[in-house]
Parts: sequence; C-alpha cells; structure tokens
Amino acid sequence: MTASPQPAVPASLDHLPPARTAALRYVLRLADNALILGQRNAEWCGHGPVLEEDIALANISLDLIGQARLLYGRAGELEGELTGLPRHEDDYAYWRAERDFRNWTLLELPHRGPLAGNAAAGRDYAVTIVRNFLYSALMVELWQALQDSRDEQLAAIAAKAIKETRYHLHHAAGWMVRLGDGTEASHARMQRALEHLLPYMNECFAQDAVESEAAAQGIGVVTATLRPAWDATVAETLEAATLSLPPATGFVSTGKHGVHSEHMSYLLGEMQGLARAHPGAQW
Amino acid sequence: MHNDGATSGRVARAWAALEAVPDPEIPVVSIRELGILREVVAAPDGVLEIVITPTYSGCPAMSQIGEDIGQALDRAGLGPWRLRTALAPAWTTDWITPAARERLRAFGIAPPGQCSAPAGAQPLRFVPRAARAGAPDAVACPRCGSVHTHEISRFASTACKALYRCLDCREPFDYFKPY
Repeated sequence: MTASPQPAVPASLDHLPPARTAALRYVLRLADNALILGQRNAEWCGHGPVLEEDIALANISLDLIGQARLLYGRAGELEGELTGLPRHEDDYAYWRAERDFRNWTLLELPHRGPLAGNAAAGRDYAVTIVRNFLYSALMVELWQALQDSRDEQLAAIAAKAIKETRYHLHHAAGWMVRLGDGTEASHARMQRALEHLLPYMNECFAQDAVESEAAAQGIGVVTATLRPAWDATVAETLEAATLSLPPATGFVSTGKHGVHSEHMSYLLGEMQGLARAHPGAQW
Repeated sequence: MHNDGATSGRVARAWAALEAVPDPEIPVVSIRELGILREVVAAPDGVLEIVITPTYSGCPAMSQIGEDIGQALDRAGLGPWRLRTALAPAWTTDWITPAARERLRAFGIAPPGQCSAPAGAQPLRFVPRAARAGAPDAVACPRCGSVHTHEISRFASTACKALYRCLDCREPFDYFKPY
C-alpha cells in the first residue's frame, strides 16, 4: 500500500459558472456520502454485536468505500477537464478539509443518540441499523434513476451500486423488523433511533442549485421526486417492525453545503491522520 | 498495421495464458470462468489490452487479480500489455460458466441461483428465515444436496458470499450470492 503524497493545492472552482461545475459537485456529493458512511460503519469492524453482524458491517463498508472510489475516480476526471489538474481518489479522501466534504450530515453522525455536552456513550446498533435503512431505502431509488444518467460513467457506477445497495437494504430492513418487533427494550431503542435520525433525512430531499443544474443537464436526479417511493418503503418496513413514523420536522441539516456537525472533524481526524502524518508512506 | 495472423495468434496465446489465472479467493475457478476477464484486444499501439470488470465495487481482490494477470502475460512472453477496467455492463453471477458452477459446488460453495430478475423485482421479505427452507428458490447444500437449508448471515467470508447452514447434514456452507 502507498499513502498518497500531498497533492498540489486544488484550483478553486468558484470562478466557474455553476452550469460547468454542477456535474463535478453532484458526483462529489455521492462520493462523499458513500465514503463517510463507509468509514462510520467500518467502526464496527472487530466490535460487532455478534460475529455475523461484525462481518456484515465490514462487507457493507467495503461496498460503500468501493462505490466512493469509483465516484472519486469520475470526479477526478471531471475536475481535470475543468482545471487541467486531474485529481486522484486519495486527494479527495485524505487531503480535503472538512468544509470541502459534501456528504449529508446524517451519514457522519456517531452510532448513538444525541447527548448533552461532553457526555460519552457506547455505540448503539439501533442507530447503525436505522441509518443504514433510511439511506439504503433512498439510494436504491437514486441509483435506479441514475442508471439513465447522461454521464455514462455515472450510469455504469449506478448499475453496479444498485445491486449492492439492494442487498444493504435487505440487511437493514430485516434488522428493523427483528429489533423493532423484538423485545420491549429493542423496540424502544429502535423507536428512539428513528426519532433521532429521521429529521436528518430532510436534507436529502431539499433541492438546491447543484441538484437542479445536474438534473437539468440529465446527469443527476432531483431527489425529492423519489420521495413517494422512499416513503412507501419506509411505511411498509415500519409497519412490519411495529415502529411508528415520528412527526415531520422543519429541521434541515447542511452537510451537503460543507457545514457539518461537531462530529465530522473527529471522523476526518481518524480517517486522514495516517496519510497526513506520513505522506507517501508505503506499507 | 500489424500482421493479422501474428496479432490473432498473440491474442489467442494471451487467452490461453490467462485461462490459468485463478480467482485469488476461490482458486478452483479461473477469472475467465467467473466472468471477470472480459476481453483481450490487440490495441493499435501494439499493446495487449486486457479488459476486466470488478465483481463488487469494493472487491479487495481486484489489485491481486491485476498482478496475477501481469505475471501470467510476462511469463508467456507476450510483450507489452495494459489493464483496462470496464464497469459496463455490470458484472453478474449469471456469467459464471456451468463448469465453474460445478467446481464451486465440489469445493463446498453453493453456486449462485439465476439473478436475471429485472431491477426492482426483489421485494422486501420479512418472513422468518426458516420458513423459506424447502421453498422452490431454496439453496441446495453443496455437500448432501438437501434443499432443507437456511441463511445464517447475509454476509460471509468474502463480499460475494452469504453464510448458510444445511438443516439435514448440519454443515454450514458458503453460498455465492446471486448478484
């Protein structure tokens, strides 16, 4: 293995018209989503509640990080076309600052519910499962739609990713039901996790200029149009899981604009530390 | 332009050399039989272009497969080569040849069922796992052939396999997931 050397300072894209950068920004969001959730789920590696789930989470992470690599590969080409400076997948993963990551806030949250101040708590598998369920249920629809993207590479990545994401959804939905319709304690934890995480889904459906422009160019999809299908999956699963849908809230998180929760810097610190301490190291 | 006969001979020798490259994780089958090796093309610049497709997006064996391909070509003295990774069409277990399926079974891995079901045609099912044992789509135990089996875990030793158990001979086994 080789740690990537520190890349040249990326050229700013801000002077370019939004129509020209929309594809790159859109692909980077997808890539960041996959990488950050992959990094989070990998925290269970060696710590899973049972051996099978330890392996399952590691496998899911592998899929997500694989998807991120393919997406960063495409983003690197798109950036090269814009700036003359193509980027490597490692440039994106290891050498960008927190503000440059454009993942949904949902995906960077720790595996536990909200805590006051500097209170500490262990990981809660209910949070892990509910998040994977909410995300996979949406990504199944999004990858399905992106198979028709005018960006041929993005369409090809979507055609691969959807197979994996369907499997992730089956895994998460199965545990939604086993834990939701399980004991009193497991039901209560699942319901709490749902109430904690559901408001963060608002960000996924909030349309903005990047998404509108990518959709107008036939490259991306307006996620809000996938909402009915996602709602149906959620309703069907929650019913089987005897969980109730928390009331809608107006809260909209801002990770996709680069404004993250307080948890993001810790995640990046762990993920980027080695590559930054030893640029170009081989092992 | 190259001599056509020499070029096609070189491509044929490359196929023959690559026939012997096994999958690093399932050594009883070759990368061609798994459908990972897609094409061998003599590019106009005189380089042999080997086209491979990844199984899973994050399959950790892909870099090893690339190295194995390079070694096989170099050993056969086939001259300059390069790898090209093609994502489309997306790899599917339906490409695994019948002979390879039989060898997977003999090796103790239940081969994948057909997965030609159209996109989205896999409904979420919440039935208890044991209730599906013996169903028409049940997975046959690679040791005793019983379809009285059930899934222990959707994920197993590698990304491409799930973990099952036979309820008759009681042996656990890997199932190559339809993908």
